[in-house]
Amino acid sequence: MSPSRHTGGDEPVAAVRCTGLHYAFGSTKAVDGVDLEVEPGEVFGLLGPNGAGKTTTIRAITTLLPVPPGVVGVFGHDAARQRMAVRRLLGYVPQQLSADGSLTGEENVALFARVFDVPRRERAARVAQALDAVGLASAAHRMAATYSGGMVRRLELAQALVSAPRLLILDEPTIGLDPIARDSVWDRITEIRTGTGMTVLVTTHSMEEADQRCDRLALMHRGRIRALGTPAELKAGLTAHRREAGEAEPPPPSLEDVFRHFSGSGLDEPGPDERGEFSDVRRTRRTASRVG
Amino acid sequence: MSAAPAAPPPASADPLPPEERYALLLTPPQARSGWRVVPARVAAMCAVELQKLRHDRTELYTRAVQPALWLLIFGETFTRIHAIPTGHVPYLDYLAPGIIAQSAMFIAIFYGIMIIWERDSGVLTKLLVTPTPRAALVTGKAFAAGVKAVIQAVVVIAIAAALGVALTWNPLRLLGVLAVVLLGSAFFSCLSMTIAGIVLTRDRLMGIGQAITMPLFFGSNALYPVSAMPGWLQAVSTANPLSYQVDALRGLLIGTPAHLGTDLAVLVAAAVLGIASAASLLGRLAR
Ligand SMILES: Nc1ncnc2c1ncn2[C@@H]1O[C@H](COP(=O)(O)OP(=O)(O)OP(=O)(O)O)[C@@H](O)[C@H]1O
Ligand SMILES: [Mg+2]
Repeated sequence: MSPSRHTGGDEPVAAVRCTGLHYAFGSTKAVDGVDLEVEPGEVFGLLGPNGAGKTTTIRAITTLLPVPPGVVGVFGHDAARQRMAVRRLLGYVPQQLSADGSLTGEENVALFARVFDVPRRERAARVAQALDAVGLASAAHRMAATYSGGMVRRLELAQALVSAPRLLILDEPTIGLDPIARDSVWDRITEIRTGTGMTVLVTTHSMEEADQRCDRLALMHRGRIRALGTPAELKAGLTAHRREAGEAEPPPPSLEDVFRHFSGSGLDEPGPDERGEFSDVRRTRRTASRVG
Repeated sequence: MSAAPAAPPPASADPLPPEERYALLLTPPQARSGWRVVPARVAAMCAVELQKLRHDRTELYTRAVQPALWLLIFGETFTRIHAIPTGHVPYLDYLAPGIIAQSAMFIAIFYGIMIIWERDSGVLTKLLVTPTPRAALVTGKAFAAGVKAVIQAVVVIAIAAALGVALTWNPLRLLGVLAVVLLGSAFFSCLSMTIAGIVLTRDRLMGIGQAITMPLFFGSNALYPVSAMPGWLQAVSTANPLSYQVDALRGLLIGTPAHLGTDLAVLVAAAVLGIASAASLLGRLAR
């Protein structure tokens, strides 16, 4: 499924490689030693409870947060030393809704075509295809301020796709999408991947989506990766663990069971060193109200 | 992978297979490199600014009110009472270039609010993840602010001409006016973006903007010649880029003796300095 790309030598280069990634906001260790390798061409899902550090990890990979050299690489380019090269390969949809409401949908996408150096003669057609890919062709000339939340999400995806990125980074892309729109967005991503071998790094809170759409998953909790593998491997791992723990015939676990197992307790029963996670819920709410 | 949904994809009237429908989305564009990046990003930012102005022109009209009042009331009155020594030049003529510079500065000095708004709305974050060096992004924004300022200048020139100010129509000089207006607003918008990068919130930036615009305006030669100022104000005026902008505009538009070389050098240096400081602080808005 994953066509490995080579850059000159024989060593296949990872789409994303993080080695010992740390990032702290003041005293909050948002990311606390993440080692991660995303293979070219795969759909890699980053799961974890609120405040686990998923967005911070992604912002480090996208060059938005300063990281030391040698810690983050994207297709062999160092995120600290070769920022432009890294950014050129990226399509990024942030967690927060982010379209410019005072421009039309088409103009929003055209801006990204421009800053990725799409030549003028090709621009209009490319923008139209990107809008068509997310089902916004008929709304292209409306102001983005008049879009619904799900339409803005799709517009953002069009902005990310217009530059034909080799690595598409989606931070909770399907939040607010209806089930049909969600499937059609994923189908479009799949179609483009078949044509380009594009790698996708995605965070989601939908276990269904993770199970069906991701080749491999990493489960984050409190800034660290607690489990890594294909959805099937993760489930099999939990079954084995339950057997060891003495359960004779454990029922086949769902991905949600795996999630619960590694994320520990829920919000109402905080663990001994639970810190900082509530503030993040508040932050997300604030974002939501600002956009909505 | 999951079973395909039974529902047809949106806009399914198009019979083309996906590999043709999305053919362009399969190949990344050829990257511009070297010196061509900055002009391309400047063009992109200016295009956005023009699109926004096309969608909503009210700003153009409301912004024309203040300079019109300055020229009409202040200019006409002070021309009549001859209170300000402007030599053989009528005061209204003397004032017009000052008002062009002032109204362009008023636009630019609040441009940082745009940046904060873009930060809050997530637009800036996404732009920072495109192959756009921060200095190029700031330069683009600075010239986008200049687009507004130039339109504003055209409006003020039209009003001044209607009031009978003897302006030059020499195309070369008008080109010079364009450059001076662009440079001035590049500096003041970068000053604003620098402050935005320091204070990080809209309200604080508004406060600082309000606090500095009037001192910059009155501490310049926009309303009266430097020779009429007390010594300490002359010192302020010498350190104030607005004075150099006004001096150049006056020389170009109404032909008063000006120090065009010095003026341009100061304006270019100020703009470069502004771009550098705004670019170095832009990252603070991304965190
Ligand atoms: N700008 C910031 N300033 C201070 N703390 C932050 C900031 N951004 C994130 N944090 C903290 O870092 C930790 C990780 O946050 P992050 O946004 O990476 O979590 P997440 O896994 O994306 O969560 P969610 O599922 O809610 O999006 C949290 O404890 C959060 O409070
Ligand atoms: Mg997040």
